[in-house]
Amino acid sequence: MAVQFSEEKLNKVKEIIARYPDGKQKSALIPVLHLAQESFGGWLSADTMDYVAGLLQIEPIEVYEVATFYSMFNLQPVGKYLFEVCQTGPCMLRGSDDIIHYIKEKLGIKNGETTADGLFTLKTVECLGACGYAPMMQLGKFYKEHLTKEKIDQIIAECRAQANN
Amino acid sequence: MGRKLLLDKAHIEGIRYFDVYRKNGGYAAAEKALKSMSPDQVTEEVKKSGLRGRGGAGFPTGLKWSFLAKPEGVPRYLVCNADESEPGTFKDRYLMEFLPHLLIEGLLISSYALGANTTYIYIRGEYAWIPDILEEAIAEAHKNGFLGKNILGSGFDLDIYVQRGAGAYICGEETALIESLEGKRGNPRIKPPFPAVKGLYQCPTVVNNVETLATIVPIINIGGDEYVKYGTGKSTGTKLISACGNLNKPGVYEIEMNISVEEFIYSDEYCGGIPNGKRLKACIPGGSSVPIVPANLLLTTAKGEKRMMTYESLNDGGFATGTMMGSGGFIVLDEDQCVVRHTLSLARFYHHESCGQCSPCREGTGWMEKVLKNIEHGKGKMSDIDLLWDIQRKIEGNTICPLGDAAAWPVAAAIRHFRDEFEWHVLNPDEAQRRNFGLAHYADPLPVAAAV
Repeated sequence: MAVQFSEEKLNKVKEIIARYPDGKQKSALIPVLHLAQESFGGWLSADTMDYVAGLLQIEPIEVYEVATFYSMFNLQPVGKYLFEVCQTGPCMLRGSDDIIHYIKEKLGIKNGETTADGLFTLKTVECLGACGYAPMMQLGKFYKEHLTKEKIDQIIAECRAQANN
Repeated sequence: MGRKLLLDKAHIEGIRYFDVYRKNGGYAAAEKALKSMSPDQVTEEVKKSGLRGRGGAGFPTGLKWSFLAKPEGVPRYLVCNADESEPGTFKDRYLMEFLPHLLIEGLLISSYALGANTTYIYIRGEYAWIPDILEEAIAEAHKNGFLGKNILGSGFDLDIYVQRGAGAYICGEETALIESLEGKRGNPRIKPPFPAVKGLYQCPTVVNNVETLATIVPIINIGGDEYVKYGTGKSTGTKLISACGNLNKPGVYEIEMNISVEEFIYSDEYCGGIPNGKRLKACIPGGSSVPIVPANLLLTTAKGEKRMMTYESLNDGGFATGTMMGSGGFIVLDEDQCVVRHTLSLARFYHHESCGQCSPCREGTGWMEKVLKNIEHGKGKMSDIDLLWDIQRKIEGNTICPLGDAAAWPVAAAIRHFRDEFEWHVLNPDEAQRRNFGLAHYADPLPVAAAV
């Protein structure tokens, strides 16, 4: 299937481009890549990046160099639920190592892997700016803070239930 | 109770929305500035207040504004740095999430002072839910005549847009942020030219932190002279401190800069002490890049006085016995924490976040991480400690942007103050290994440290 934004998303792209001066539409690249990642399965394929380059009238290489620089852009397919667990100092002081270890055991995957059913991917990340609410992780658009093993069980169960509905 | 200037209304239900904010005195400072002050008068008031940039560097804000080039016919920009990615720092998130109109009002007054008609808020990508809050507040401000054309009949026009980053600590550096806002990799630019002369789209640009810009509101409300009375010496006004680590009450606190570090850690009004009655071991008071100091040096200055929560007092003694206010990211370690392990965690962070543009940073941060990993896991040699010292010295001051310094300082300070812990790991390899058996993410085979 060819990569193509819906009419609604195309209008959003136009709205984003209009935030910048004429001729500076490249400024829209990161916001449009976020939109593309959300729209096309949670990751950026080469086809998707080429499509974005066409929309913004820039060279594909300009998209590749940005997509490979920023850690939030996934260049490989990820599970439906991406667990991005912070492992930097303040979270480490509050037990993020144990939380990461527990998620690995619970899901039977290593860091960077996806469960066989395609539901969960685990990714350790560096500081997410929630140090006072540690340990924590990002799940989709929101943060899950003050994590415990019980909370992890609950989050996994909620994701599974949501996926089955 | 400490007096508050930024969070004094944070407890009011619905303060996130325009009507409630307005009813509680919101946008009065904007009205005062736009209706009765010239742009230069606003800048003068900010200079008078002694406000220092709250992002970490602590440069005087009014002075920074006065550097802005003003060529005819060229647009000027204000960019709000909401990238907040320094480990230990999460105060700007609080402001944006709970007091978005305070930030927008600050942006309006600041843009007016600078003559900027377009302002961008560049927010770290991971704060994915906050742009919706900010955009809703921006729409409310537009609807009520505080943004858009001819604001309050002043003839001044302003549009504010929110731009999300995508996960890169380096974009908190102002020139990297500008590159990112232009749709490029966040590689810092060589300065000069400074952004005040050639910034966004090669136009004059001021980049200020969220807290800095929000603070413009109380400064205009009460006046620069009154603002100085909150605080002491060159540390004027109030400061947001985000406290984390081994504390009973981690969180975001607004302090007047005239309280002691001891009071901040132990009083019930602030952090409430260390959990489980443990002893304080060390602290990084200004975000991960500033030097860690052991408890005795944290609580008492080189002069034997109580260490205060001020720029001057925290820095007393320089890096040998002091530290820095930085961003106000206050990270506390209790007696059970391993400084080597914590330093390794920070080294990994800086290695991950190096943009790779400068060789000392690109190669050195990874090298430090490898050597630290070996020491922490009982596979290090005594010479590794000196090697680490040597590597950090070769990074510091040898890169385009301050990320190199930020990576070097935590390692230098940890060795300076806790060398015995590094030596313990070397002398007790089995015990060091045993203590780490549970750290699954470090269970991969350890690489051999280079050039040992």
